[in-house]
Amino acid sequence: MAATQEEIVAGLADIVNEIAGIPVEDVQLDKSFTDDLDVDSLSMVEVVVAAEERFDVKIPDEDVKNLKTVGDATDYILKHQG
Amino acid sequence: MSKIRPSKGAPYARILGVGGYRPTRVVPNEVILETIDSSDEWIRSRSGIETRHWANDEETVAAMSIEASGKAIADAGISVEQIGGVIVSTVSHFKQTPAVATEIADKLGTDKAAAFDISAGCAGFGYGLTLAKGMIVEGSAEYVLVIGVERLSDLTDLEDRATAFLFGDGAGAVVVGPAQEPGIGPTVWGSEGDKSETIKQTVPWTDYRDGEVAKFPAITQEGQAVFRWAVFEMAKVAKEALEAAGLSPDDLDVFIPHQANERIIDSMVKTLKLPEHVTVARDVRTTGNTSAASIPLAMERLLATGEAKSGDTALVIGFGAGLVYAATVVTLP
Repeated sequence: MAATQEEIVAGLADIVNEIAGIPVEDVQLDKSFTDDLDVDSLSMVEVVVAAEERFDVKIPDEDVKNLKTVGDATDYILKHQG
Repeated sequence: MSKIRPSKGAPYARILGVGGYRPTRVVPNEVILETIDSSDEWIRSRSGIETRHWANDEETVAAMSIEASGKAIADAGISVEQIGGVIVSTVSHFKQTPAVATEIADKLGTDKAAAFDISAGCAGFGYGLTLAKGMIVEGSAEYVLVIGVERLSDLTDLEDRATAFLFGDGAGAVVVGPAQEPGIGPTVWGSEGDKSETIKQTVPWTDYRDGEVAKFPAITQEGQAVFRWAVFEMAKVAKEALEAAGLSPDDLDVFIPHQANERIIDSMVKTLKLPEHVTVARDVRTTGNTSAASIPLAMERLLATGEAKSGDTALVIGFGAGLVYAATVVTLP
């Protein structure tokens, strides 16, 4: 069953916490991965791969650069999840 | 039809000796920061690299190779005349004809050893090792020298903040010879030419010659795409190599991935779920990324420092421009 927006944000929060050690409560829709959450470009790749597995979605390299905020990633997953 | 007599080789092959050469000039991040807008902290956090070595005019591809090979031959305890093959993997030898392997074979004093260069980027060591094993088991050489050597400082764009800090120079060599027990496992290797744009030389030499570009060609890469492929796809290849050798992660003593970037190494170790007891090569910190030279250089250092010992079982994996990759399990010399 497709994940809801809330479930995706919670899932991303878990992933970002695991990879970058950011408290889950800091991961909000309007937060920028690089500027607010200290997720650098390489950690972002790890976040993306973990999100692909968790939400059964493919996020190609060329789309990763457009995922600036948690909201961008959530929308992308909502739209493309299997 | 006349019957052709088959060649007769050794039952198995193994690495018998290793040697390395690092150029005398040590280049700290401060020097890199003279030409790019970055910081020591940024470079360390993105790559783990603190220093690298850059070759001077005397430290040519041949000269560095000869130094490393001399050490490998001494370590193997054989005489140079016994070497029947010299395989050199490099992408940074700027005189392509004749192959630099012939000069190295001659200056080392081999007895007309078969000598040739290969181009397989950062997977070059694994490609060379696989060829050497084949030559020994097939019987066309008893001992083969496999050399990975680079002067990547010549192919570095010092104004590119994404790559200026990455590359280093050096040579690593191993002597491969006959064995009664398998010392080199099956190789899992391949190429993905559809991803050729991911890591590449900026332009062909001829574009520079013809004045179409002002800058000398350099190596460039798409960092995020390389990172994803290197960590997640290469972890699968590493697992396959381990399975092909009939081993599990618990059987490993040492993991020597291509020293591309410490972040790739960290992430690979995590993805592979390697047990705590496995020693992981992190030579990239003080040697930078030396492409084909990185695995034998890292192997030599682990043995020299005592972090690894002769007889240890090591998983080695190289991956890079092509894209190409090669992974196998070896017994350390």
